Amino acid sequence: MHSSRQEFAAGIKAELPLLVGVIPFGMIYGVLALAAGIPPGAAQAMSAVVFAGSSQFIATQLFGVGAPAMVIFTTAVVVNLRHALYSASIAPYLRCLKPYWKVALAYLLTDEAYAVSISHFQQTEGEVDCLRPDQRHWYLLGAGLALWSTWQVSTAVGIFLGAQVPSSWSLDFTLALTFIAILVPALKDRPAWAAALSAGVVAVLAYALAYRLGLIVASLVGIAAGLLLESKS
Amino acid sequence: MTLWLTMVAIGIATFAIRFSFIYLFGRFEIPDPLRMALRFVPPAVLSAIVFPELLMPGGDFDFSLGNGRLLAGVLAAMVAWRTKNVVLTILVGMAVLYILQALG
Repeated sequence: MHSSRQEFAAGIKAELPLLVGVIPFGMIYGVLALAAGIPPGAAQAMSAVVFAGSSQFIATQLFGVGAPAMVIFTTAVVVNLRHALYSASIAPYLRCLKPYWKVALAYLLTDEAYAVSISHFQQTEGEVDCLRPDQRHWYLLGAGLALWSTWQVSTAVGIFLGAQVPSSWSLDFTLALTFIAILVPALKDRPAWAAALSAGVVAVLAYALAYRLGLIVASLVGIAAGLLLESKS
Repeated sequence: MTLWLTMVAIGIATFAIRFSFIYLFGRFEIPDPLRMALRFVPPAVLSAIVFPELLMPGGDFDFSLGNGRLLAGVLAAMVAWRTKNVVLTILVGMAVLYILQALG
């Protein structure tokens, strides 16, 4: 059993390699938010209020093309639904904690913090015993705070740089490239391919739909296609 | 104002999603069909955004070699496939786009 300080430090240390990918991501977000017409204060606030990279990118992109608030909200939230899986998988390890701990750790539960913490939880002393509490939640706090502070600072740097970049540099295209970089390595099997391809094709066909609803229709078709192929195999 | 309201609403919803099962532990489990569907959310949503960005720059369908974003995006996708490296994918994609713009 380790002390709270050891767990906290180990969480930060485990998070460090992931921060290498997060820093450019945060900076690009800052640049793009300004390019999409979001004021600097709101762009920075979004990194604290939402604190979820891909949904911030999507909200930014949709805001830039003038999508209505309801479409922006729905899409950003749908993208974050995967966090429900993280919440479910990490819940057993947090069940003995006080409510304020649960709230804080839920706020910090990003892809990156979850990834390192769940493997730590699974690899160390299996059962959680509420009568003999351990300090492993400090690990998630360390990883989460390391990511949080990096995300805020890299956003700020991006906003600062974004203010000096002319639009002729086509920097808005880095958003599509970022999505490609996340999307392509995730296509590990046929159902995932089916989901991606069908959603992409429908998005182009339904592009003219009002209120950018084509995006939501396309996403639903993609999810359905993925499920269909999965149930067949 | 709408921007701020939208942002706060997304923030609250995101927190609620992350808090959901930590709060509900032992009282409720994710049903299997929903769990399966969630796996396809990222590929579906991301490519629903990416495809129009590449195939319809400026809002009109353009499937031709003159479409720099399409070419740059396809090459970037190949880099992403081989390297799984976000930064490298972005750098290659932007480099290709700039080269094509300079040539065109």
